[in-house]
Amino acid sequence: MQEDKKKSRRKFFELGIKFGLLASVGTVAVAKAFDDEENSGMIELMSTDGHIMQVPSSEVHDMGHIQKDGYDPRAGFPNKKFVMVVDLAKCKNALKCQESCNKNHYITGENAWLKVYKMQESEKTAPYFMPTLCQHCDKPPCVKVCPVDATFKRQDGIVLIDNERCIGCRFCMAACPYSTRVFNWNEPDQPQAAHTGTYTPDHTGKPSVKGTVDKCDFCPHKIDMGELPHCVTACPNDVYSFGDIYEDAVTNGSGQTFKLSALLKERSGHRLLEGLGTEPSVYYLPPTERLVEFEEGMENYTEFQSVKKTEE
Amino acid sequence: MKPYDKLIQDLAPQKFGMRGKIWIAFLLVVILAALYAYYQQFDKGLIITGMRDYALWGVYISNFVFFVAISLVGSLVTAILRLSGVKWSTPLTRISEVIAVAAIIMAGLTIIIDMGRPDRIYNIFLHGRLQSPIIWDVLVITTYLLISILLLYYPLLPDFAILKKYFSNKPKLSKWYGKLSLKWTGTKKQTSIYNSSIKTLSILIIPVAFGIHTVTAWLFATTYRPGWDSTNFGPYFIAGAFVAGAGAVVVIMFVLRKIYHLENYITDLHFDKMGKLLVLLCLVYLYFNVNEYLIPAYKSTNEESAHLEELFFGSYAPLFWTVIIGGLIVPVIALVFPKGRKPLPLFIIALLVVLGAWWKRYIIVTPTLLHPFLPIQGVPESWRHYFPTGLEWTITFGTLASALLIMTILFRYLPIIPIHETAEERGILEHDKTETL
Repeated sequence: MQEDKKKSRRKFFELGIKFGLLASVGTVAVAKAFDDEENSGMIELMSTDGHIMQVPSSEVHDMGHIQKDGYDPRAGFPNKKFVMVVDLAKCKNALKCQESCNKNHYITGENAWLKVYKMQESEKTAPYFMPTLCQHCDKPPCVKVCPVDATFKRQDGIVLIDNERCIGCRFCMAACPYSTRVFNWNEPDQPQAAHTGTYTPDHTGKPSVKGTVDKCDFCPHKIDMGELPHCVTACPNDVYSFGDIYEDAVTNGSGQTFKLSALLKERSGHRLLEGLGTEPSVYYLPPTERLVEFEEGMENYTEFQSVKKTEE
Repeated sequence: MKPYDKLIQDLAPQKFGMRGKIWIAFLLVVILAALYAYYQQFDKGLIITGMRDYALWGVYISNFVFFVAISLVGSLVTAILRLSGVKWSTPLTRISEVIAVAAIIMAGLTIIIDMGRPDRIYNIFLHGRLQSPIIWDVLVITTYLLISILLLYYPLLPDFAILKKYFSNKPKLSKWYGKLSLKWTGTKKQTSIYNSSIKTLSILIIPVAFGIHTVTAWLFATTYRPGWDSTNFGPYFIAGAFVAGAGAVVVIMFVLRKIYHLENYITDLHFDKMGKLLVLLCLVYLYFNVNEYLIPAYKSTNEESAHLEELFFGSYAPLFWTVIIGGLIVPVIALVFPKGRKPLPLFIIALLVVLGAWWKRYIIVTPTLLHPFLPIQGVPESWRHYFPTGLEWTITFGTLASALLIMTILFRYLPIIPIHETAEERGILEHDKTETL
């Protein structure tokens, strides 16, 4: 037992040193991957202190997968801490995020992992649309109550579920105040594509398993390839920005990168149900000075449906 | 006939009569139907239930809480009453221990029925995490089951020895009783170990009993859900459990007395005492209910109001008020009158109490989940309500029938009234034994 601990600590340190070196060029690589104009000669990058600089694209090298040998889906990516910002001012309930999430996670149930709620705090306050996904809390109540360590919190902040271990007690669902967890009440009727490759908690829904819990996974399978989560890239209105809290930078679907701390300060960011002390990794920017009418979004609003039934 | 022989003849286990056989057949039919329903659930998944992502726990969990509640009576009658020096409870000790053992076994099985992946139950042992209240529950339920079985078994040792002798004309049965009696002869040394063991177990079982139901309450109270998020929950559950358990003892002792003609042993005095005890327990439970419902109602935060309005005036209101009035207030009023504590009226009231207790758990478990923090949107309209499906009911009735079957079988082979203890209390020990002592 003692020996094991020592060993794992040593391993952790080794990894730490290796990835510490990588992290110094990490910003560069991630920013490149998010840039659309790869071959334009110069590339715009943001340094960790928020300065925008121009760098010749020949200086920037593709890092490939950020997963390295010995990558453990339970431990996650070292020296990263993922964060998402949802700009409520931009959301007009286009639902492209949900569509993309449902498709890429092969969601076939009747409850999507990403839902856009129609919200209104009180009668006289303005209604708005609020996209909600797993908040990847730093103090996750779901992880605390899991009896078998099937749902776990990683060093990079992501909360995942190992659906090969889950016993289906649903305590995590009762514990989650954001109602983001869904249960596979029956055998999921997923397309063949969901059953390809070996299972890893890094890509939830591939496949989903009867009698176990699913939820938004922050798309580690995309992060690994230096890409943004499906919802972020699918959104036509740049509602979502995703990034690394250590780099203090988040990037939206159009490839614009913002300094996280400045964004939250300027726009008065907040988190959901802050009072519960769950410390979510998802920040919300208030729905002020909106560019779109709320009523426009109502065209897409379906109160009783979040997963479209496909014919195929 | 000597009084001692008469006593044994009265109290020795009896074969099932016609009614007993019909009863067993009935229970078996219900259990078989439940097994079929469970096969459907195992095959198709929990989709066959009325539960969905919002109402994610349903009648299985409320039924589980009910079983845990009922099982607490073992500690109440055998331990608390025994240790406080109450003499009248002797004839009821075995009945309550049998109820406790049957209920706690079924509590364990019921929780497995609720699992989405019962085939992976071994993960609890392979990967169990001590910070999960479910692991606390697993530990404390198995401990309670073990102590309850011992507390049922130890006082049986002298009775088994007596039965070995009594059934000497039936060698097979006699042999079994003999084995179970662990060579009990009643020597001074044996008696002293026997007495101190029972006393130790009686003391041990009290904290464990409080433990099982407190931990069961914590399964709910450790979440943020309005309606569960309450520091009152542990004692509230325990108070409710004693009500349910005492009610169950009254119901069963009435039925057993009638079938086995035990009027000389379970007398009107026992009903009177149990009736008084039930009033006290109901009042304590009412007090906790006042705390549980009225204080959040006074504050009326949005979250609590949504839940409480559903209970007080909404779709759960008829059930809620029937349970509070019929299962608690009416029993208190009826039982303060001596006439209400006569066997038959008390039996009817106790039935109400037990039924009320079962539905009370349903009201505690199911409505809360339908009032989450974020609104229920993007799911079919039917997901906003919960009511068990036919198959879910079948499985639930199967668990109740199984508990009754376990009790029936135990009452068939064990003396319902402790023979040895009763003989001791009445001073009619076996004649030749008294000389050697």
